[in-house]
Amino acid sequence: MSDTAVVTEEVQEVKAEMVPVYIMGKRYDVPNSLTIMKAMEYAGYQYIRGAGCRGGVCGACATVYRLPGDYHIRVGLACQTVVEPNMYLTQIPFFPANRAVYDWENIKGEAEEVFQAYPELFRCLACNACTKVCPMDVPVMDYVAAIKRGDLEKAAELSFDCIQCGLCATRCMAEMAQYHIAQMVRRINGKFIAPHSEHCHKQVEAIKSGYYTDKIKEVMELGTVDPFDDSTKTDKIDKLIELYKARETEPHTAVEDWKPESDFALLK
Amino acid sequence: MPYPDSLKQLIKKVEETRPERIVKKKAGEEFPALSLDDRGKVLQAFHPDVKEEGRRAIEIGPNKGYRIANEMVDLLEAKSRVNPEDVDLSNVDYETDVLVIGGGGAGTAAALLAQEQGAKVIIATKLRHGDANTMMAEGGIQAATKGWKDSPYYHYLDVMGGGHFTNKPELVETLTNEAPDVIRWLLEMGCNFSKYPDGILKTMHGGGTSRKRMHYAADITGAEMMRTVRDESRNRPDDITVIEFSPAVELILNDKGHCAGAVLYNMETAEYVVVKAKSVVMATGGSGRLHVQNFMTTNHYGATGDGIVIAYRAGVPICFLHTIQYHPTGVIFPEQAEGILITEKFRGAGANLVNVEGNQFVFEREPRDIEAACIIKECVNVNKGVPTPSGKFGIWLDSPMLDAMFGEGYVKKEFPGKHILFSRFGIDIGLEPMLIYPTLHYQNGGLEFQADSTTKIPGLFIAGEVGGGTHGENRLMGNSLLDIMVYGRISGENAGKYALNGAQDGDLSLEHVAKYNAEIEAADIDGSRIAPMLLPDYTLEHVKEKQLTANYEGTMR
Repeated sequence: MSDTAVVTEEVQEVKAEMVPVYIMGKRYDVPNSLTIMKAMEYAGYQYIRGAGCRGGVCGACATVYRLPGDYHIRVGLACQTVVEPNMYLTQIPFFPANRAVYDWENIKGEAEEVFQAYPELFRCLACNACTKVCPMDVPVMDYVAAIKRGDLEKAAELSFDCIQCGLCATRCMAEMAQYHIAQMVRRINGKFIAPHSEHCHKQVEAIKSGYYTDKIKEVMELGTVDPFDDSTKTDKIDKLIELYKARETEPHTAVEDWKPESDFALLK
Repeated sequence: MPYPDSLKQLIKKVEETRPERIVKKKAGEEFPALSLDDRGKVLQAFHPDVKEEGRRAIEIGPNKGYRIANEMVDLLEAKSRVNPEDVDLSNVDYETDVLVIGGGGAGTAAALLAQEQGAKVIIATKLRHGDANTMMAEGGIQAATKGWKDSPYYHYLDVMGGGHFTNKPELVETLTNEAPDVIRWLLEMGCNFSKYPDGILKTMHGGGTSRKRMHYAADITGAEMMRTVRDESRNRPDDITVIEFSPAVELILNDKGHCAGAVLYNMETAEYVVVKAKSVVMATGGSGRLHVQNFMTTNHYGATGDGIVIAYRAGVPICFLHTIQYHPTGVIFPEQAEGILITEKFRGAGANLVNVEGNQFVFEREPRDIEAACIIKECVNVNKGVPTPSGKFGIWLDSPMLDAMFGEGYVKKEFPGKHILFSRFGIDIGLEPMLIYPTLHYQNGGLEFQADSTTKIPGLFIAGEVGGGTHGENRLMGNSLLDIMVYGRISGENAGKYALNGAQDGDLSLEHVAKYNAEIEAADIDGSRIAPMLLPDYTLEHVKEKQLTANYEGTMR
């Protein structure tokens, strides 16, 4: 295999230009093609906190920075944001947040329940600092407003991309932890507001009643291959392979109520 | 970085062939899938698993002689991080009914179910609660929820075929039978799967599926599942305690040979603490951060295979670790996003893979190992890879054809996470294709366990990627999110019941660790290595050569 096709996480021989960045106020020169996370590792930091998925979805590496001569606070995820010359940065790997405990089994799915769990919602001053600071471009203030007017479905939709990094909570004048509130709202949406999926329950019942049991047992009895023992490639396995090959594949463009030609092992 | 001109020129070739490819797709004419024979041939020639110099036989432990990746053998043939004699087992720091090791999807589901049996639970996790591969899984979760066209029977066949018919039948039966109930459970917990207005769950194909049964929550399915179960665990603070930044470094057995807790390492204070438990759920996940054969990985920062190492030392055999799943489509350019997973859902939705000439060379819905081997072949053997500015080769994943087929804005709507990611680099994946290459994605094998999550050590239960056998030699897309929930729930339920009814108390012991260390010395193996790794080391040489007094314990200083 050609080595050019194989790459590691480590920074490769870098042709890139070096730029200064200030990590918590201290200057390091790093290649300008790196993300903040890789730049910190290039500088010699070894992460314990502040690194998680390294793919932009876990919210562990929220970063705040400023550029020279500019009063704006800028934000990004360290694993996703490419360094800029002279950026002053710090990560905020943790920020204390209030999370209400609620009894999910007894939640009825009403906005009132969210208000009771998080009365601080009504301290919102609509300053929009939360939205400005969100590295995922979630319209935080808008979903808070939607919750306040009881539109939980809208709030669930608007907050869907939230990765719960907590930057909104760091900037909130009302001292809310918006992301925890949105989480409760999305769960209410999923259980109470989104349409009910009857077919799933029907299938669970069918399985529990043993509707498919015999057919699955039959195919299980054909056994399995031990990859290190050719004698396990028996006639039964040939039969299993035949069944596998013969299974009808739902066409890519099939509509939802498509049915295969054979109704074998299906609900009638 | 937007695509440079050199790549923009090459994109024109993709655009030239696109209209004809779309016409074919709409007519149901797919690029021919490989026969089972041809699949075997391409795997034998081009899959990284078959590279003999990449593996060696383990010299000690229950699977002596088993040939697996060098990087994993290095860890299995390593001594403990801490001298077992230094740990004072009479001084128990935490006592609980069930200890769950790992705070991802499997561990959290286990904690919920164990708590529901009446058990007190501790979740010990290396990073934050939820910093796990679960969070990163994008594509979806398989379940045969649609009785008019699908059932666990077909799901079973697909799983067996994907795994080259090597999977353990009982594990597959449980996986596929429990799948619809897992979806029901998640829906009732408020998980937001994508649905049609009539409530029918949206599903699509994945590689190797015969029916569209991949359920999803936009393109952040794993994150939506993880944040839902994590949120619920936070509703039970009296019973579920989470200890973060504290990975387990050894299992503790008792004098009856039963699992009775673990030694945790507080990475922030460098203290080792003793947790005594009546049962233990091992849910530490995978090992992409070992960078086998120097491949990039889609895995989270903590995926270093710790659970395999410490359970193997305690005597649990491993299986199917001779295969590793390389996800066919990791980002290879722009460099900042290198290794990041591009969900198989793009291919499930019909996006073609095309070479530097804009031509298809593989059906886009082959199982993952086949797809990856075909991409490697196209780049290193056929030499029709797309050269990247960083000197590597990739293949185009033609996302714009989805917009062309399903309407402008489709990609942005269905793949919001990836759309934002690329837009940060100045690339609109609704208009320009993505450059991809296979990347280390999943540990197909792991610790041996039964369909009730038990192992050969009483009191030790297994859930999720750390276990082996469910997927045989190759996992299909959408079956890992399923795996963690099915076996997370089963392990939690059974560990909870065992803790409250079956567990026998005894004197705590780390004798198995001392014995294992002695075996390493006797076997004349390099005794300087320690394990588990805990975190990878990305410190560069230019820093290391100046760290004149830094003390590295394995990869960590």
